[in-house]
Amino acid sequence: MRPDDLLVHRAQPRCDLLFNDVHVIDPRMRVDQRLDVLVRDGHIVDLSEPGALISEAQAAGIEVMSGEGRHLLPAFFDPHVHLRTPGQEHKEDLETGTRAAAAGGYAAIVAMPNTDPVLDSAPLLRSLRAAAAREANVSVAFLAAITQGLRGEELTEMAELRAEGALGFTDDGKPVSSAGMLRKALQYQRLCGGVLALHEEDPSLSAGGSMREGPVAATLGLTGIPSVSESTMVARDAELALYEGARVHFQHLSTAASVQAVSAAKAAGARLSAEVSPHHLLLTEDAVRCLDTRMKMNPPLGSEQDRRALIDGLRSGVIDCVATDHAPHAREEKEVPFEQAPMGTTGLETAFAAMHTKLVLTGELSLGTLVQRLTAGAELFGLAPFTVARGQSANLALVDLNARWVAGEHGWESRSQNCCLAGELLSGRVLLTIADGGIAYRQRAFAVVRS
Amino acid sequence: MNHLLSIEELDRPAIERIIAEAARFAEVSERAVKKVPALRGRMILNLFYEASTRTRSSFELAAKRLSADVVNFAPSGSSVEKGESLKDTVLTLSAHKPDAIVIRTPWVGSAELVTRWCSAAIVNAGDGKHEHPTQALLDVYTLRGRLGALDGLSLWIVGDLAHSRVARSNILAFTRMGARVTVAGPPTLIPRDMETLGCEVRHTLDELHDADVVYALRMQQERMTQAWVPSLREYATWYQVNARRLRPRQLLMHPGPVNRGVEISGELVDSPQSLISAQVEAGVAVRMAVLYELLAGASGPASSSLRPARPLRSQRQPDPHPQPA
Repeated sequence: MRPDDLLVHRAQPRCDLLFNDVHVIDPRMRVDQRLDVLVRDGHIVDLSEPGALISEAQAAGIEVMSGEGRHLLPAFFDPHVHLRTPGQEHKEDLETGTRAAAAGGYAAIVAMPNTDPVLDSAPLLRSLRAAAAREANVSVAFLAAITQGLRGEELTEMAELRAEGALGFTDDGKPVSSAGMLRKALQYQRLCGGVLALHEEDPSLSAGGSMREGPVAATLGLTGIPSVSESTMVARDAELALYEGARVHFQHLSTAASVQAVSAAKAAGARLSAEVSPHHLLLTEDAVRCLDTRMKMNPPLGSEQDRRALIDGLRSGVIDCVATDHAPHAREEKEVPFEQAPMGTTGLETAFAAMHTKLVLTGELSLGTLVQRLTAGAELFGLAPFTVARGQSANLALVDLNARWVAGEHGWESRSQNCCLAGELLSGRVLLTIADGGIAYRQRAFAVVRS
Repeated sequence: MNHLLSIEELDRPAIERIIAEAARFAEVSERAVKKVPALRGRMILNLFYEASTRTRSSFELAAKRLSADVVNFAPSGSSVEKGESLKDTVLTLSAHKPDAIVIRTPWVGSAELVTRWCSAAIVNAGDGKHEHPTQALLDVYTLRGRLGALDGLSLWIVGDLAHSRVARSNILAFTRMGARVTVAGPPTLIPRDMETLGCEVRHTLDELHDADVVYALRMQQERMTQAWVPSLREYATWYQVNARRLRPRQLLMHPGPVNRGVEISGELVDSPQSLISAQVEAGVAVRMAVLYELLAGASGPASSSLRPARPLRSQRQPDPHPQPA
């Protein structure tokens, strides 16, 4: 299957639009300037000096969007999303999940296989891809399970799954506990290709835990998950990947020691990449003090020292990309005592705005680096990255960096509301998202300037 | 005070006030007719998700001595076994308009959670491994009765700290009352960063002679299946409070029920140094004081249903902007 065919979305009309005098930022194309950007039939056909294309667009009767005070970015790519379909559509489904993605400026997302049933067979993958072709508002790629039923015991038919369109493989939600089992998967990758994305956790260390081990857990009386539950597995699997020459992607890093292990293994020549989630960059275990179940996720929120190391890692590139780990749960599932609550927070709709507010505006990260890390997932999984360049199918996000809004104040596009950033005052709003040439999202209050 | 959820939210004056009230109620238990009409017509619901004999009956007795009506609700045989959530159970039971709900569950923070779902005064009778505030209050009351004040005392809490809500509440209560607290137990049964609570941590009883009071925790047999310690025999060798370790001037406490021969040697339980039965006795008076304070105390209006809701700790916005270092 060609890389482009690994992404599926529903058919939507290809748009014609002119972004007039908009500040374009695309670190890959080294663009950081004001331009006119013309999209015709869903493709970027021209980039010119501000004002150069307006008469052409007006003559052709094309909608003109003022870029005044706005930025045009390559749309984001999220390598880690739980769409909950099949089996848990009361939390999210293909339509609502991709609507949330579009609202967050994402033109493509990667769905995890820990559904019910688990995505571990070709027929299920075929039916999911067919459903995405009917329902998905942005492009969706699927990771299939590494082991059958995520049980960690037998490999899935990885080669067949790849042939049917699996972008790669993961047992996300669970680690591949047995080193021997993981080694077989790494070896088998030589036949079938596809990145192996690993959720790192040692269940013998994490069992029964509902937050990070440390002072807050000790105070609350909650069983803690020690940071070494993750970092020892990262170190183990980095060694295995190096030994087998395999291509491995580490999911949602949450500890300083994990960042160090990835850095060392990359330096040793291992073919590794790693992601980090906005909540681990912006929150710490202190947020759990109030026992708000939206603050319960796996891996759990870490210490301030971890948070600093993750930000440094993202800035330096040891961590390659940002992934939301968007994990919707129904209201009643989260409205229980902390220990009983399922792990996960939603994140698609707040990722860009929250990181812009709390990392870019605070000087921790440049806007260009943030955009690079929000789009880098595509390349890591062997797909062409979205760029603001002539001839490309349009995958664009128009944002107003000065727009201030309170997360969740007008509800969510996602079916679930369990966002750990709800109530936060954020600066930076996605106004419009174009996914593969079609308009996937337009902010309701967004005033359109027509010619 | 609208609820009693934790010791953490009580300052020293609040603890002193409850202790003083308890001293007045203790006198009721000495009478031939052990009853006062203080809470006549009020309804108190005991909602216990965990097995409990002494705490539940102590609350029941306290309520009855205050002339309140008591309903005991135990999840076994009820709709909880049919999958009803805590929220739905509380909503259902609040339809009966209880004035107070005394709740025990195996889940941290559950008492506080319940305050969001009903207007009754909530008393935490144990929320998972978090807190058991009335136990700590009765322990402070007992010690005050025996020693006058806790200021400057050295208190050792010995045993399974990891699984003990009693330990957490008592560390907070004892330190707030001016005592120094040291915890001691097997390294596998003391959570990392326990010092955060304001105590010192030891792994042997070598310096136990420093203590004025030794508080032994129950070593729960069920923990053995998870191999937190190699054997009860080895545990007893290292951590049992016995006549060899306890000096005559030192006092001994225990929240009960005692495993004689495990955490405490049999003969010490009945010795004059032991405050264990005084603790049980104090339980009723302290719980009377707590129920009275919540339902009829000076700080609370007479009718709980008219009480304005306190801003809840759990509803406060958490600070999602940790300060950059």
